[in-house]
Parts: sequence; C-alpha cells; structure tokens
Amino acid sequence: MTENNERFLSYKEAAAEALLMAMEKDEKVFLIGEGADNIEGIGGHILPAIKKFGPSRIIDAPISENGITGFAIGAALDGMRPVLLHHRNDFMLLAMDQMMNQAAVLRYASGGRHRIPLTILSLVARRPGEGVQHSHSLQSIFAHFPGIKVGMPACAVDAKGMLLSAIFSDDPTIILEHRHPTLYDKKEYVPKQYYETPFNSKIVTLGQDITIVTVSINLLNALGAWRELIADGIFPEIIDLRWLRPLDIGLIVRSVQKTGRLLVVDTGWKMYGVSSEIIAQVCENAYNLKFPPRRITIPDAPCPASQFLEKYYHPSAQDIVKTVREML
Amino acid sequence: MVLNPDSENLGLFQKLYYDMLRIRLVEEKLADWYTSGLIKAPVHLSIGQEAVAVGVMAALSPEDKIVSTHRCHGHYLAKGGDLKKMMAEILGKATGCCRGKGGTMHLFDDSVGHVISAPLVGASIPFAVGIAMASKMKGENKIAVAFFGDGAVEEGVFWESVNFASVFKLPVLFVCENNLYATHSPILRRQPYEEIVSRVKSHNVRTFYINNGNDVLMVLKAAREAVSETRKFKPCFIEACTYRLREHWGPGEDWHLGYRTREEGDEWLAKCPFKQLRKFFDKIGNLSELDIDDMEDMIKKEIDEAVKFALESPAPLESELLSEVGG
Repeated sequence: MTENNERFLSYKEAAAEALLMAMEKDEKVFLIGEGADNIEGIGGHILPAIKKFGPSRIIDAPISENGITGFAIGAALDGMRPVLLHHRNDFMLLAMDQMMNQAAVLRYASGGRHRIPLTILSLVARRPGEGVQHSHSLQSIFAHFPGIKVGMPACAVDAKGMLLSAIFSDDPTIILEHRHPTLYDKKEYVPKQYYETPFNSKIVTLGQDITIVTVSINLLNALGAWRELIADGIFPEIIDLRWLRPLDIGLIVRSVQKTGRLLVVDTGWKMYGVSSEIIAQVCENAYNLKFPPRRITIPDAPCPASQFLEKYYHPSAQDIVKTVREML
Repeated sequence: MVLNPDSENLGLFQKLYYDMLRIRLVEEKLADWYTSGLIKAPVHLSIGQEAVAVGVMAALSPEDKIVSTHRCHGHYLAKGGDLKKMMAEILGKATGCCRGKGGTMHLFDDSVGHVISAPLVGASIPFAVGIAMASKMKGENKIAVAFFGDGAVEEGVFWESVNFASVFKLPVLFVCENNLYATHSPILRRQPYEEIVSRVKSHNVRTFYINNGNDVLMVLKAAREAVSETRKFKPCFIEACTYRLREHWGPGEDWHLGYRTREEGDEWLAKCPFKQLRKFFDKIGNLSELDIDDMEDMIKKEIDEAVKFALESPAPLESELLSEVGG
C-alpha cells in the first residue's frame, strides 16, 4: 500500500487526527465532554486522543451542559485551550447562557484584554429515528451572535483543517460536524501534515450559469446534482460555505455577479436562517440578478422520527436539480 | 502610627477596617455620582456587605483568583483592583478597566487576580471552577474563589459547579453572600430554608456558615480555614449572612417599596461592619478615633484623585465601537 492510499481518511478519522495533533502540539489543549472518554468515543473519533493522553486531558464530565461550558471558559481565562464536546447539537441549547452571554462577549466586555480560545465541537446527528431533537441543525442560532465563529466542514480535508483552525483560534469557535454516514464515513485523501483551513468559503466547481452555496452535507447533494446538470450543458458554480461566521460574502457576491443566479442549500430551517442571511447580503451587494434567489432547506417542522416521513424531510440532489432547472 | 495600607507595618485589623471603609466611601461617591446624573448605568452597591469581601480577601494569597457578579465593586477593591480604572470604567471612559465596554457589572483587574465579573446571577461561578481545573492541570498552587448571592443558588449552574468541583477535587472556594433578597423577592419565597449550607453539604464539600457576615473577623476566621482546605484540593462553600442597605440597584434606600421592613434594616444596621470592628478595637485599644479619621482622609484623597482621573479621561472613540468583537 502506498503512502497516499494510507492517507485516505474518513471525515471522522480526519477530525480525530486533528484533535490528536492539536493535543500533541500544545499541552494547553484538553477535551471535556459528557462521556468523552467512552471507549468508542463519538463514533470512535476521540479514541486516538484517549489512547495517547488518557483521563488527564480527556475529561469525562457530568451531564451539566451549561456548567461544563462555563468550566471551559474559566480554563480558557486561565490560559488553556479547551475543546468542549457535545454528542449532539441539541444539547448546546442548554448552554446558551455560557456560550452566548458569556464566551461570545467577554473579549469585548474586557476591552480586549481577555481572549476565550474555546472550541465547541458538536454534531448534527441526522440518522433515521433520531427524531425531533437529535436531528436539529442549529447553526443559524449560533451564528447570530457577534464574537463567535461557526464552521460546518463538508469534507474530510476540512474536518481536519477547520478543527485545527478552531482550536488555535483565540476566539470561541463552534464546529458542527454532520454525522450522516454518507459524509461521516466518506473517505478522501487527507494531507498528513498539520494545516489550518482558512476562515473563508471554497469554490468547489467553477461554472457560469448559477451559483449554488451549500452548507455542510449539502455539498454532496450539490455535487450529485452537478453531475446531472453538466450532462445537460448547465454549469453551476458550487461554493462550500464552510464558515457561517465569519461569512465570506465577498466570494459569494463575486460569483453571483458572474452567474446572475443564486441558490442556497442549508441543513437548517429557512426562517431567520443562514440562507436568509446570504440572500439578503447578496441582494444588498449584487445588482445583476437574472432570477430571484432561491433556497432549499428542511421544511418548517421538526424532523420526524419515522423513516417513512423522514425520507421527505432533508434536501436531496434531485431537489437541487429541479430548482436549478426552474431558475434557468 | 503608620497608616499606609501598602505598608507591612499596618496591622491586619487596621487593614481590614481600612479596606471596608475604602469600599464604603467609594460606593458613597458612586451614589453621589448617580444622583447627580453622571453615571448612566445601573450601579449595584454593596453598602452594608463590605465585611464579606474584605474578610475573604484577607485570607487569600495574591496569586489566588476571584470572579464576581453584578455587585462587584467591593470584591474588586478588596482584591486590590485599581481605583482609577474602576471609576473611569463606571463613567464609560476609555481609560477604564474594560475600556468602557464592560461597565459597572464587568469590573476586573487581572493584574491582582480579579479575573472577571458577570451579572447573570450564577454565570461566573463555573468560571472559578474552570480556573481551578486549569490550575490543577498546570500543577499550580493557586485557588479560585467565586463570589455570588443567594439568588444564584437557584440556578442550575451553581449545582453543576459544586458537583463538578467535588467530584474532581478542585481548589475552588464558593462564597455565597446571603443577603436574603433576590432583587425584591425574599429568600423564603424562593427557597425552602433561609439557610443554604445544609443543602450544599450533601455534595461532599466542606461548608462554613457565618450567621453574622458583617463581622469581618468572623468571616476572616472561617475564610482562613476554608482557604487552607481548598488549597489541599478540598472544595469549600462559605455562606455569609449579610444585608444590602441600599436599593437592588441605584443610590438610595428602598424601604418605601415595602418588600422589607425598616425594622429588619435597623437590626442589620446595629450589626454594621464598622461598628462591630470598632467595638473590637475599643476592647484591645489599638486604634483610636484619630486613626480612623486619618484613614478616612487618606481614602478620600485617593478617591479625589481617582475622580479627577475618571472625569478628565477621554471617552472612547467611535472607532472602538467595533473593535475587539472577535469571531
């Protein structure tokens, strides 16, 4: 097996490698979370760090979401670089006070004297039967607050690089992974060395007919749609948003000025969401729209547990193909 | 007699009196400022509660860290926070400890170990736990102290903090200033008992109950024992009963609101921290009225200088509105 073959890692393996590398690089990095030292980790991806560093730097915390967020902030105020783990992002709502009233504002409130280098790592736990709470995809709420960074990796390379960027950023940063197996277990070439993903968006396919901005796993849906559309001579420019905050609106506006059309595909809800923000900012900055911007999101309802209903719930490649055709 | 508070010659008891008087006089100045319209913010005065801050702080080492709440002026000053930066902050000036962005409820001076203050009642309690956790991880000897009121005990984050500190044996000291009211709600309308320690004790932490938290010597005695235990990785909880003499926020008294009685206030006035310590001085005869007058003069001089500094300091520039946001 060649070196390159060995470097084909799944999204979760790439994230695991990032955590291990961060802990090797800086002894101030530690991880705290409920069940964090579980032998299987979350889907196994904390396992390498547990094996190497054990309970002194992987802290299995009581079920105290708001409290452990505050403990991590306190540790950050004392010079550490904590990584806080929530197995599912719905648990983060119990920690809104500590995340948003505290971590997000303490740099500002201290006149810049304090920095809170806190990483909050969590997952959108979409799988059949996860139901009305664990399936939540809550990024829009988190990205509402100034003072915090929010990222959603959509490939293994970024699962590693964005986590490293988060851990070594001096501001509180939320990384929401996506646990659906089509993404979580997808393997790709991941560089061996240490690298950080910049805080910007990425053009995945160049095109001139329409700009498709995708959030998280929707990159895979857009790439599925792309294969079908190019066969018909339609060339979408796909942008993987990566970071919701800071928002790389310049890249998106430049693309829309070229294509004249914008479609945003989000894993969250439509109202007051990421898609609303992107479309609003594009409308404020781009003057040559050939068609009203559109968006594809989950419907305005909680996610049903039943697999027979859930199959209608999430955006698909076919939804994108259909919408793009309507817009051309 | 030398009355320089920085001097090692100053006796401990005199220093306790001095530190309490400094808080009282600074807060009375703030009340004047508020009344004259200089302060555009809700100031939460700790007038009446000075003994808890001063007694606990006297038991700490300089490297120990504290966090506080919206009622933070006393903690800030007792830990040795810079008065000029405090007064400037409360006026919203660029020279304030938070460059005017934190205000009266976020005072801190990390150069003396007051890490931060935050007003969401119990929100800063877990910070102390985290600081203690970091301290233990780094093999340091310092402890962390969280100051909060009786209302904070009703928030989940307090119990999450005590539970975690106990299980992980962290060097954190919880100091509850039980002043019997959360804004205008009496404690027995909010909690099953007026006394809190027995509920905390079940978490396997050492508890200390000070029924008269206005007696600074009683506070100091308990705090010394608690600090010594805490430094040995046995987290401790102090409940110090005390009384807020002014409004929840603002400069005046609030007996007219009727949520508490003047008679109750008078009982606590009789237990005034200054009167109590003066009684002690009379007994041991080592501090004359003259000394107290000297102290008052010295403090007033310091306050005058801080007031001048704050008033003459520049306002932050408009460009600072969007600086240090982060994210």
